[in-house]
Amino acid sequence: MRRFTAALFLLGLGVMIAAIYQHMDFSNTAVNAGQAINAVAAEETGAANFVTSVVLAYRGIDTLLELTILFTAAMIGGMVLGRRRVDAPRDPDAGFILRTGADLLFPLLLVVGLYIILHGHLTPGGGFQGGVILASAFFLPLLARPGSSINQDVISIVEGLAGATFIIIGLLAMFDGKEFLTPLLDKGELGALISAGTLPILYLAVGIKVGSELAGLLAHLAEAEALD
Amino acid sequence: MDILDINIILYSAAFGLMLIGIGGIVISNHLIRIIFGIALLEAGANLLLLLSTYHEGASAPIIVDGSVPAMMADPVPQALVLTAIVIGVGILALALSLAIRVQRAYGTLDMREVRLKLEQEISENAGIEMPSSSHAPAVTTANSAAAQQESGS
Repeated sequence: MRRFTAALFLLGLGVMIAAIYQHMDFSNTAVNAGQAINAVAAEETGAANFVTSVVLAYRGIDTLLELTILFTAAMIGGMVLGRRRVDAPRDPDAGFILRTGADLLFPLLLVVGLYIILHGHLTPGGGFQGGVILASAFFLPLLARPGSSINQDVISIVEGLAGATFIIIGLLAMFDGKEFLTPLLDKGELGALISAGTLPILYLAVGIKVGSELAGLLAHLAEAEALD
Repeated sequence: MDILDINIILYSAAFGLMLIGIGGIVISNHLIRIIFGIALLEAGANLLLLLSTYHEGASAPIIVDGSVPAMMADPVPQALVLTAIVIGVGILALALSLAIRVQRAYGTLDMREVRLKLEQEISENAGIEMPSSSHAPAVTTANSAAAQQESGS
């Protein structure tokens, strides 16, 4: 009975969406803010990647709030899973291929992650994507050797410092008489590695924060006690 | 309406992913499958958000070597989706950690069994009788006593 009603609900939803299709004007988009931003972003922020301009300059406070959501998810994940007992049984080490692969990939993942973070204002990429790669770099050894563990205290200190950096840069703009999170410093040459003022520093803070948060959350998940 | 129009295909993919996700959430009883349904729903929603400003032939909103492309994609939904994907990963990890707790507490991930064990726990600890079906109102000791008095008098 429950499956039948669920299927009926899905069918109704599908028909409703099909009905919306009939009236959709695919070629015309109603949102035009993007084109206006494309026209002025290069001069206003100095970043060659306009997505970065939007993420950090035009809606930087949104990014701060999104980091807060991620922080809350990571914190609650840690709270829900709790600490493992000292005598809880651990999984055995992974096979030869995963262990060797983890050792080989760790430095490569670190380099790629930092490259993506530092070039976030020039090429596709940035703090969020690079941060996830950094997190996977620190998580991979944990998959290969479940016996070893990440120091959660260090992770929370790094994460807190990165978050504080983001907010302090935002506050510096206020001391300068501008609005919160206004980009500061010289914009530099468009397309150069050191350009776009404070945006690369903000993205570095975002990347380190996302990376340490996800690494901590994944480590909590991996450390969860196996069932007896 | 040409069925091979690129817009139709992309929107069908977005809505299809969302429908499969919602279907997984409402139909399946296994917690892990419900979480996967949430992940699919999220992917569909992200695709839909990106499609809201899709232009055929527009290049990425990035200036390479100082040359400005004729038509650039809208950077606003891309920035929104960028953060939404990472938050999605965090939410997924949180949901999985809750599933681990459920598995540890009840020994199963089947929602029907978990619901049954929850009702048993409630009836043991709070003295509320187990409902005959999931739609029946819960019978507390107070109103069951009142019902007995009524039938007695």
